[in-house]
Amino acid sequence: MTVIVTDTGFGPDTWTAGYEGNTALDLPSDTNPVELVEQLDADVQMIRINFPSFADGRGFTIARQLRLSGYTGHIRAYGHVIADQYAMARRSGFDDVEISEDLAARQPETQWLARANWQQHNYQSRMRGGSPAAA
Amino acid sequence: MYKYNEFDAAFLAERNAQFRAQVERRIDGSLTEDEFKPLRLMNGLYLQLHAYMLRVAIPYGTLNSAQMNQLALLAEKWDKGYGHFTTRQNIQFNWPKLSDVPDMLDALAEVGMHAIQTSGNTIRNVTADHFAGAAADEIEDPRPVAELIRQWSTDHPEFQFMGRKFKIAVGGGAKDRAVLKAHDLAVRVVQNDAGEIGYQILIGGGLGRTPMIGKVINDFLPRADLLPYLEAVVSVWNQIGRRDNKYKARIKITLHEHGMDDIRARVDARFALIKPTFQGADQELFSEIEAYFAAPDFRTDSTAVFSTAYKTDPVFRSWVDTNLAEHRQDDHAIVTISIKKHGATPGDASAEQMRVMADLAAKYGYDELRISHEQNVILPHVHKSDLPAIHAKLKQHGLGTANIGLISDIIACPGMDYCALATARSIPVAEQLATRFDELKLEHDIGHLQIKISGCINACGHHHVGHIGILGLDRAGVENYQITLGGDATWSAAVGERAGPGFAYDEIIPAVERIVSAYLDIRSTPDETFLETYRRVGLAPFKAALYPEAQKKVA
Repeated sequence: MTVIVTDTGFGPDTWTAGYEGNTALDLPSDTNPVELVEQLDADVQMIRINFPSFADGRGFTIARQLRLSGYTGHIRAYGHVIADQYAMARRSGFDDVEISEDLAARQPETQWLARANWQQHNYQSRMRGGSPAAA
Repeated sequence: MYKYNEFDAAFLAERNAQFRAQVERRIDGSLTEDEFKPLRLMNGLYLQLHAYMLRVAIPYGTLNSAQMNQLALLAEKWDKGYGHFTTRQNIQFNWPKLSDVPDMLDALAEVGMHAIQTSGNTIRNVTADHFAGAAADEIEDPRPVAELIRQWSTDHPEFQFMGRKFKIAVGGGAKDRAVLKAHDLAVRVVQNDAGEIGYQILIGGGLGRTPMIGKVINDFLPRADLLPYLEAVVSVWNQIGRRDNKYKARIKITLHEHGMDDIRARVDARFALIKPTFQGADQELFSEIEAYFAAPDFRTDSTAVFSTAYKTDPVFRSWVDTNLAEHRQDDHAIVTISIKKHGATPGDASAEQMRVMADLAAKYGYDELRISHEQNVILPHVHKSDLPAIHAKLKQHGLGTANIGLISDIIACPGMDYCALATARSIPVAEQLATRFDELKLEHDIGHLQIKISGCINACGHHHVGHIGILGLDRAGVENYQITLGGDATWSAAVGERAGPGFAYDEIIPAVERIVSAYLDIRSTPDETFLETYRRVGLAPFKAALYPEAQKKVA
């Protein structure tokens, strides 16, 4: 089982359609966002982007490109994402983060909630007149 | 000078609270050592050979007396009474305890300073021309742009876990004093034929194990396009830059492998997506920032005191001729204070010296100081009548050395005395070279000659762009020093040519002496600088002087 982290803390996975059908994509971190956007099917409602290591920040750029290209469906960060990256994920366009139960035990809910204020103290938002970076 | 507004102050308080919690979470096991490492690095905290090291940002090299005094306080309270100014306009404290670092960061925040993104795979502290706002050759003060870039790059959500670091420098003068072409990205303020101010953008410069000179990706970028364009460049590189080999991760390699046309096309496409997200708020912010950097109200006064001292005091005259640069106001001067006293560690200043410089800035210098990438401290605006008093004070505190631009004004990385990456010592080589040429009493005759020393291939000491570059390596457990000649750190940037086999630790000083002696013999006139001579005659005569044994064998 995995844990889904949102601005309100830990919760269960509400995406029940899996990643096999036409409505969801499960992508590695080396996905080319330009090609992804060009080939994106209108049916896609969920895109899950893998973080094989928290040090691999390419996923942030992929999410951002999806948002800039007009994708409005769900984007989820999946894998080794640490609580310290929650605000970065949200600001880059991710809706939530999916982590393992082990990681959730080591970095409990309070450590993630500490970053739920991601809309504050945001230089990117200032540069863009208040709208989030991903808008 | 820029002053933090409520947003900046609140951001920094939040950031420091986060780091304090990260230290605690490392101790309680919430964060593994691997996870903590990039978090401490993006807050300026390194683990060195003997201890932690805190690298504090001095954005675009500008600080006021209160900030300099606070650095002195940090040096005394949490270090061994000194700090080390670096080639990227930072100051490093070499002996802090991990548990003290959150308090140090809070103390810095009191004066609007931080250590954010001075390390890690992030956009690093943005650097600029150290004579900004004062130089006679300036098109526009580059610091407002640098401050805008500082704010944009700070905690940028997309760019905190990149494949490698990304360094940005900004210049606004006809001359390049910021080593623009050795940066991942350089912004150069330019004026087009219509008289509009814009930016020339270079990418792909860098030193390290694969030195590359930056190349122009955009000749003229309108002012309002700057941030979206920078964001496009970094975003493209974050996506396609190599992550399989950290030695091939920098944008210079990405550029080399993909070619400029490919990179430019990708950047242009991404720019088109990003540009609409900037609706002008950044330009309003830029105008606010610009107002903070308005020139001080320069006073007018007689310069008779200066003229008299210049005529009557030869020590003062020597210092004036060597350490002063032309100010845009005729009756003012730019003073470079040498942090390169002969025989001392280049870039190291004691807390007492920091306070002396802060006091001088407050009393005579419109409360401004600068740190140069050459590891010296600058009083950018000084009325000439105040120069004798300043010089007298500097002399009392070991800061009166008249050697700016000369052979003893050496850039040296910390080397094996501090650094975990180093393969050889740099500081003692710099100290011995300075001492030796001081003994010879030749350095004013030698004239402009830059020696730059790195203690490993990562080239923090900029050896590739030194007129004489020295690279310390480890050869089977023995220090070995390679010499490169003809490097250039200015707009005519060049990577030095390797002269030949390296020299042992006890051979390197005589080797440099032979190069200098050869230069003095072959220069066409006393005015021809070392670099000019080198460009005229090439490597051969210097090689002959460096390796006399090889010459004999050929003969």
